[in-house]
Amino acid sequence: MRASDWIELALFISILAVLNKPLGIHIYRVLDTEGKTIFDAIFKPLENLTYKICSIDKSKEQNWIEYAIGLLLFNFVGMLLTYFVLRMQHVLPLNPEHIGPMAPHIAFNTAISFGTNTNWQSYIPEKEVSYFSQMVGLAFHNFTSAATGIALAAAFVRGIVRTEVKTIGNCWVDLTRITYYLLLPLSLVGALLLMSQGVPQNFHAYIRYLPLDSKAHEGACIIPQGPIASQEAIKLLGTNGGGFFNANSAHPYENPTPLSNFMEMLLIFLIPSALTYYFGLSCKKLRHGWSIWLTMVLLFLVLSLSCYWLEHAGNPFFKPYGIEQLTNMEGKETRFGIFESTLFAAVTTAASCGAVNSMHDSFLPLSGMIPLFNMSLGEIIFGGVGSGLYGMLLFVILSVFLFGLMIGRTPGYLGKRIGAYEIKMAVLALMIQYILILGMSSMAIYSSWGRAALGNNGPHGLTEILYAFTSTSQNNGSAFGGLSATSIPYAICLALAMYFGRFFVIIPVLAIAGSLVCQKRYISQMVFPTSGALFVFILGATIFLLGALSFFPVLTLGPILEHLMMARGKMF
Amino acid sequence: MKLFHSLVLSVKLTLLLLLILSGIYPFTVYILGKLLFPYQSGGSLIIDSKGHVRGSLLIGQNFDSPRYFHSRPSVSTYDGLNSGGSNLAPSSSDFIERIKKRATHYRKENGIASLNLIPADAVCASASGLDPHISLKNALLQAPRVAKARKADLKAIENLILKNTQNPLANIFGEKSVNVLKLNLELDKEYPLP
Amino acid sequence: MKPSKNVVSFWSLALIASAIKEAFIKLNPFSLWKNPVIFVTEIGAFITTIEMIRSSESFSFTLQISLWLWFTVLFANFAEAIAESRGKAQAESLKKTRTVTMAKKLLQGKEVIVNASELKKGDLVVCVAGDTIPSDGEVVEGAATVDESAITGESAPVIRESGGDRSAVTGGTRVISDRIVIKITAESGNTFLDRMIEMVEGAKRQKTPNEIALTILLASLTFIFLLVVLTLVPFLKYSQAPVSIPILTSLTICLIPTTIGGLLSAIGIAGIDRLVQFNVIATSGRAVEASGDIDVLLLDKTGTITLGNRMATEFIAAPGIDHYRLVDAAQLASLADETPEGRSIVILAKEKYGLRGREVLDTRAKFIPFSAKTRMSGVDFFSADGSCCERRIRKGAMDAIEAYLKEMGASIPQSVKEIVEKVAKNGGTPLVVVEGKEVLGVIELKDIVKGGIRERFARLRKMGIRTIMITGDNPLTAAAIAAEAGVDDFMAQVTPEQKLNRIRQEQALGHLVAMAGDGTNDAPALAQADVGVAMNTGTQAAREAGNMVDLDSNPTKLIEIVEIGKQLLVTRGALTTFSIANDVAKYFAIIPAMLMSTFPEISPLNIMQLRTPESAILSAVIFNALIIILLIPIALKGVKLKTISAENLLIKNILIYGLGGVIAPFAGIKLIDQLLFFLHLV
Repeated sequence: MRASDWIELALFISILAVLNKPLGIHIYRVLDTEGKTIFDAIFKPLENLTYKICSIDKSKEQNWIEYAIGLLLFNFVGMLLTYFVLRMQHVLPLNPEHIGPMAPHIAFNTAISFGTNTNWQSYIPEKEVSYFSQMVGLAFHNFTSAATGIALAAAFVRGIVRTEVKTIGNCWVDLTRITYYLLLPLSLVGALLLMSQGVPQNFHAYIRYLPLDSKAHEGACIIPQGPIASQEAIKLLGTNGGGFFNANSAHPYENPTPLSNFMEMLLIFLIPSALTYYFGLSCKKLRHGWSIWLTMVLLFLVLSLSCYWLEHAGNPFFKPYGIEQLTNMEGKETRFGIFESTLFAAVTTAASCGAVNSMHDSFLPLSGMIPLFNMSLGEIIFGGVGSGLYGMLLFVILSVFLFGLMIGRTPGYLGKRIGAYEIKMAVLALMIQYILILGMSSMAIYSSWGRAALGNNGPHGLTEILYAFTSTSQNNGSAFGGLSATSIPYAICLALAMYFGRFFVIIPVLAIAGSLVCQKRYISQMVFPTSGALFVFILGATIFLLGALSFFPVLTLGPILEHLMMARGKMF
Repeated sequence: MKLFHSLVLSVKLTLLLLLILSGIYPFTVYILGKLLFPYQSGGSLIIDSKGHVRGSLLIGQNFDSPRYFHSRPSVSTYDGLNSGGSNLAPSSSDFIERIKKRATHYRKENGIASLNLIPADAVCASASGLDPHISLKNALLQAPRVAKARKADLKAIENLILKNTQNPLANIFGEKSVNVLKLNLELDKEYPLP
Repeated sequence: MKPSKNVVSFWSLALIASAIKEAFIKLNPFSLWKNPVIFVTEIGAFITTIEMIRSSESFSFTLQISLWLWFTVLFANFAEAIAESRGKAQAESLKKTRTVTMAKKLLQGKEVIVNASELKKGDLVVCVAGDTIPSDGEVVEGAATVDESAITGESAPVIRESGGDRSAVTGGTRVISDRIVIKITAESGNTFLDRMIEMVEGAKRQKTPNEIALTILLASLTFIFLLVVLTLVPFLKYSQAPVSIPILTSLTICLIPTTIGGLLSAIGIAGIDRLVQFNVIATSGRAVEASGDIDVLLLDKTGTITLGNRMATEFIAAPGIDHYRLVDAAQLASLADETPEGRSIVILAKEKYGLRGREVLDTRAKFIPFSAKTRMSGVDFFSADGSCCERRIRKGAMDAIEAYLKEMGASIPQSVKEIVEKVAKNGGTPLVVVEGKEVLGVIELKDIVKGGIRERFARLRKMGIRTIMITGDNPLTAAAIAAEAGVDDFMAQVTPEQKLNRIRQEQALGHLVAMAGDGTNDAPALAQADVGVAMNTGTQAAREAGNMVDLDSNPTKLIEIVEIGKQLLVTRGALTTFSIANDVAKYFAIIPAMLMSTFPEISPLNIMQLRTPESAILSAVIFNALIIILLIPIALKGVKLKTISAENLLIKNILIYGLGGVIAPFAGIKLIDQLLFFLHLV
């Protein structure tokens, strides 16, 4: 790594650290129904109007079941809407290219994909989606699914923080306030920043241009346009990742400069990172919040640096052709190079943002395994907005239980007992993810329709399928793009993976919140450490060990085997 | 009943948020873009003296003629409607075959001896298929061919390249790279077609 | 810890033999399914046994795999059986005491011989010397010495008498002298002895909350690893790497947490057993677990913090009174006082002032014993003519003496009052001595804090446990003793209601409270406390209210009970960590081995450089089985709790069981691999 790369990485982490407190405090106020924020002047009237129109009683809180039902219904309505928008885009406005309706199974897949904060894309946006569909069908979900994730995290945190009550907040109030006071202002700022770097925002028809070297182009030379900046900002801020273009953040219009690339990475980690501060503030243990943050940072550094070094090694097969340093530039943009490509890959897969600025499928086997491994850890290294925090807290509960016994007390977390019910729900959430990833990918690789979609042979093909189901089950949306998963069985299986991976996990998560919130708080001097090096180590080790133990066998058959065979000169 | 009430509430909230998030928000950005960044928000388009759009500064184009600097290999030959990469595995024999072909072609085209190393971006397809940049080394290696085709002084071409080289921002962000379209536009300006 | 008298060693041959037999009986899948991890192992063993016939692997390899898988199940069963065995042996000996069949029931004043099993609650029975008490009850009439060695192991007989706090008798114990009438409080089958037998036998053993949570976690891990291996099959098929069923089974069994799965119930049983060995009977495993969580201990001062009795430490003469006169009077007044305080006064007078105990002519002296009414004791000397009284000496608490003097129209001078106050302030109990109307001075009685108690409280504090001393003394005295003993807090002049309230208060603040008690008025507090230890000498009400009974009636044991509870949890946690950490090495043994034949390129993953694929897999399976046996001693004895602060304990255990758990199997598997090679087993 060059010194400049180190500086960029240090700058990245430091900016996050610096923004943690102000943003964390802001989120804390947003998630407090009566909290005052700096945007009250603009959005308070809108908030009150919203309550009035929708007849929301903001003082009425919900228990966990009511909260869950509210979120499920709201998301269901949104997904239904998206499905119909995509199916009817040819008759809807803002379609200058006269794009036809999306195929039913792709529309089904896409509606679920955006509704679950996954943003897996089984379609080519510039060819198959109108501006209207982008804004109404897709970008809408980028907001609401992000708000849903943050609301869930807030509900979970309330479950831990509150004592001897039944309610964990009001989901309608949470959704409204998160959208108005957090997502909307930050997206606006993000959109402006990205526009300054060259991300377009217009409603023009696609541009037909006269190329310089006309003989080098067959057919029309077209540059798609659209309301890109507004969607790009929330795509990253809400850890959604669904690209306006097929090439996603590798597309020069989505990510024109190295600086925009840096901004995008910051936008992705911004909220998940500040949520740890919000959590620390809520449980009145700032050190605990910071320790969780530090665990995330350390895991992230280990994984992103390994990704870089593994990719930096270069492709041994390039040797006969005299290629400098054997650098694997396939599927990478010149302006980003190896470092910013691998860093972006690590950021997007650590968080639940399916954006890519390079093609992960063309990464070397082991460096391509890092994004995959990142996702299979459960997207808790910062993770998705909200889902990262509650996912991480599930791991905290598991590690507190596992290691907490060793201090000779019934395991407790912040004074709440971790009993059979909490453990049952925490492992249930984990098991759902594992069943989806391992079960569905093994089913796909067993079926002829599954193997028919492969873009590469040998162990790499296995990785493509595993990657697809890991990405969808964990609601990331990143892809090994070689897999052409547009067939009906794929569209449906992946949609189910996304749906179950999101909404089936929500239920045990809220159930834990519902159980913890009723408990009284036990106070003891002899408690499990919730901050400091020991805690960070324990949490990191639990996450790493669980992930490694569950996925090592299948990873051995995929990227590890591919790497070892490449080292022996075997091609596929 | 309660369920129904929640459903109605969901629909109402969805419609209201649609108006704000899918309507007001993108149009606000659009208007601010028009005011603050008219060039960027319009797509960074290059319009020539005759009013023809010659492309976007951000979107790469394909170049075949020896008179131009060539962009990186693109899976879709710079088709704006088909952005994306090859997604080929590094262990794929198909991929290595392509590398071999591109390397041979590049060496032949630019007259590079087999002992000399060539930069990876010259033989590897980009992620977007629309990469507007090539590496400095790649541009410099192409310089003799372009100079020959344009009957220009090699040194002058090299200077032109250096002039059009984007250095990493603050020496931190990004790679040293050359915008091919911009370079070729300058080239056409400095050494116009006879 | 004081070991109980009838300790049975785990490692006696008889116990081992019966445990081995039991291990085979436990193979019954209908009972084994309650332990999901071992149940899955048994299925694995069963599958590989069948595979011996049809597998493509060599017969000897499959045979060895299946044998070792069966061993894994047997070892786990053995661990449980050996943990149960000691309790069973003890239960056997207890059952022998349950041989009374006949009881003398009191029916309308007449003794009727009835079958002991027919006794109902509230029946009255008579027991005389030589009788075995037929069931639990309360002495309602008389007093007797009772031999309770059958349940306590203590050979010295104890006194049981009606009224007061020593009225409870236990069925199965034997009356040695005198006659008592007992009101039956427990019916046959539900007596203390019955419950004790059930407890030590483990028959009614229910899983504790924490054990249930851990079982769920282990079952889930088992499920996840099953899923990992089952879904691996299509991936293997895609990779065209056929792997035989015995090898896949081996992989599964090595990954699921068999070590902790096999030892979990043994740890729980052994924890309760440790309490039993320690002469404490817990009514449920839940109570044992809860004792590990205790962070407030309510301790009675007397008998727990201080030696049971106060001792005289000083004689302070009133101004103008000869010191010798005071000592002499005090000694005279105490000569016949058989209370420990009285004796200590005589001894102090002898030791410090050289006054020997004198023979006092019974005819001339009349001793006035302490009575609750007067709260004084003393002696009256008759004059030679037999009239009363030449000397009239009294000693007692100041207010009692004051009342006594007031009757005679006298009072305690201010100077003596000052002395009294000073003594009290220093934690002593002042006794005022008067002769006639003249106040001679003050005897200072002091509580003697038990040796080493201060250190124990310091240790508790390190464990995060607060100790609260409870005493009937006045606040001044209490404060002084509290400071001397090093408790964190004290409650003076406590009534039983105050005790109960304090427990509720602490619980409301989020603390878990333990206390020991014996009196009937302790019962509500015992019931309210999270861990209530009733003294065996206490009343039946107290014994029923608490969730533990201390057969030795030694309240200091609370401290050890807490440690045993902690040890139980630590052992579970440590072995779980060890079990899961083991998987890392097993992966590196089995995964390369199963792919080696198809992909020789995989060999760099064989970091242990195991000789052959068969040897690698077999070594992992053997290690997996043997580690259960090797860890049985830790499971039974419990992990040692040397360091006590949460952080240190955690670090130490993570290093030993976490890091050790990662490293140990690498060495172990490699060693077994070498052995297999030298023995030509693969």
